[in-house]
Amino acid sequence: MSPKTLYDKIWDAHLAHEAEDGTCLLYIDRHLVHEVTSPQAFEGLRMAGRKVRAPDKTIAVPDHNVPTTEGREDPAQMTEESRIQVQALDKNARDFGIHYYPVSDIRQGIVHIVGPEQGWTLPGMTVVCGDSHTATHGAFGALAHGIGTSEVEHVLATQTLIQKKSKNMKVEITGKLNPGVTAKDITLAVIGKTGTAGGTGYVIEYCGEAIRDLSMEGRMTVCNMAIEGGARAGLIAPDEKTFAYVQGRPHAPKGAQWEAALNWWKTLYSDDDAHWDKVVTIKGEDIAPVVTWGTSPEDVLPITATVPNPEDFTGGKVEAARRSIEYMGLTPGQKLSDIEIDTVFIGSCTNGRIEDLRAAAAILKGKKIKDGIRAMVVPGSGLVRAQAEEEGIADIFKEAGFEWRLAGCSMCLAMNPDQLAPGERCAATSNRNFEGRQGRGGRTHLLSPAMAAAAAITGKLTDVREMM
Amino acid sequence: MDKFEKLQGIAAPMPLINIDTDMIIPKVFLKTIKRSGLGVNLFDEMRYNADGSENPDFVLNKPQYRDAEILVAGDNFGCGSSREHAPWAIKDFGIKCVISTSFADIFFNNCFKNGILPIVLPQEQVDLLMKDAEKGANARMIVDLEAQEITTSDGEVIPFEVDAFKKHCLLNGLDDIGLTMEKATAIDAFEAQAAQSRPWV
Repeated sequence: MSPKTLYDKIWDAHLAHEAEDGTCLLYIDRHLVHEVTSPQAFEGLRMAGRKVRAPDKTIAVPDHNVPTTEGREDPAQMTEESRIQVQALDKNARDFGIHYYPVSDIRQGIVHIVGPEQGWTLPGMTVVCGDSHTATHGAFGALAHGIGTSEVEHVLATQTLIQKKSKNMKVEITGKLNPGVTAKDITLAVIGKTGTAGGTGYVIEYCGEAIRDLSMEGRMTVCNMAIEGGARAGLIAPDEKTFAYVQGRPHAPKGAQWEAALNWWKTLYSDDDAHWDKVVTIKGEDIAPVVTWGTSPEDVLPITATVPNPEDFTGGKVEAARRSIEYMGLTPGQKLSDIEIDTVFIGSCTNGRIEDLRAAAAILKGKKIKDGIRAMVVPGSGLVRAQAEEEGIADIFKEAGFEWRLAGCSMCLAMNPDQLAPGERCAATSNRNFEGRQGRGGRTHLLSPAMAAAAAITGKLTDVREMM
Repeated sequence: MDKFEKLQGIAAPMPLINIDTDMIIPKVFLKTIKRSGLGVNLFDEMRYNADGSENPDFVLNKPQYRDAEILVAGDNFGCGSSREHAPWAIKDFGIKCVISTSFADIFFNNCFKNGILPIVLPQEQVDLLMKDAEKGANARMIVDLEAQEITTSDGEVIPFEVDAFKKHCLLNGLDDIGLTMEKATAIDAFEAQAAQSRPWV
């Protein structure tokens, strides 16, 4: 048998049909659904008189629109449009008989946090969702990627996707990370090196000692942003850490099925002599705590650097950098650690898990945020929130001056009331620094949870290593 | 789905690289449960000032480009979210073809599901088409999907590649789901086999 990558193995195990021209039907094991990209798909089913083919493999949860303040079960807390979208998901979940976690359920949260938490996401699966950050689930060695609404409808109706196979890309992070450097710094550093289109047409497998050393939470952070690097999906081969995370979750296999699953999962790795179309290697020790300065996730620099000069770039990036620096209200040559911020946002599917909250709380413990800073922490799920309260982390945040919110996507994309005002500058643990992403005219600097906590204390972008 | 066969129209130049889905359709307009009506908010934050008035400097607000049906754009067009609202807004505005050196993967796929043809060309040819588009409304390009050719206003012909299956679907306005439903036997067989080999799924 010819050697295969992990991606090749998962692909082959899900190929339901291949046409002569190479167009494939890939079988989908898990379909996650949220309220923003699904109403038109369910409407399409109704109009065609179609059913959901595999309701038991389809899981819905509202996350993008939901308020994160107390009393949100009251529909009056949402704008009319948001309310209609959430109520549409309610109705669609009921009418089509799919699994559903409503806002009132403690298990509700960001879809990419709920899936792994409930054991819906398992190694070797194919997982899709009408959301680009579906790449998160790749941390389990599952082939997971975002799809558009037409494809959501296609999966609902047929449990398959029409696909052409992507190319294989290996991203190896060798050796150990230095203190203060986290999974978020790894994933941003990779995008800084390869660019936001560097992964286009590829599925990335992350490997190397620094990746193996990460917890499952950290691996989810790395895979989450594969899409910002342009890749269809990010993957990490499952290992003992993966199996330990999965075991005992509500929807994970049990008994004899667990043993059978484990036997197969242990074969899910890239063979030594597998073919890679592209290889990127970064030394773990070369990665510093990073922040973004511009309006593309590739605009990444170590916190010790200065705002670049647009003339330092080539081609279309010169004009793009000029536009970014103007939008961000920065000056070339300005030290990144001199940039004053107004707001801190800790949360999102990138960094809204318990380990992220622990990392931020470790920096904040016994300290106060700077006067005048608006700081909020939005746990990724109701269960993450409950765990943080039990561990005393919530109290650390509250005593430091953070708002302690309910679960949702919140200010990552600002579809709910949590938004930046024009010109407001935010240190954010989320995944996109696009113009207007967190509110029209808002300015976003992406960074790790520990770096966000440090910024909240000093009121400016700060090297977290100075606080450790 | 609408067919795409041959288009002769005005091309608007947008040389900016990394035009993302938040630029194409900001999230405030994602709160719809319909596919239609998004054209008025296409490129909203670039197209309109904070007070809601039109920004006269934005390309699609210029008189010669208001009826553009083709967009010639910088690298990595459509990066960001999976929101199909982006191609819905583009289509609703009246644009049926986007040309760039590269597209984000999900956006690229989403275009084909909505009768929009995204064309990938090398930098030199995108530069040439960008110049042609900059001539304004008198410079009409022809995009012929059957022949896989773009003809500039000067008569220069540029061939392009397109996936055979996607081309077939666009030319005939075919609905993917209907096509896949015809393969139900293969899906049934796969599902039965998977239930044996991976019963925990």
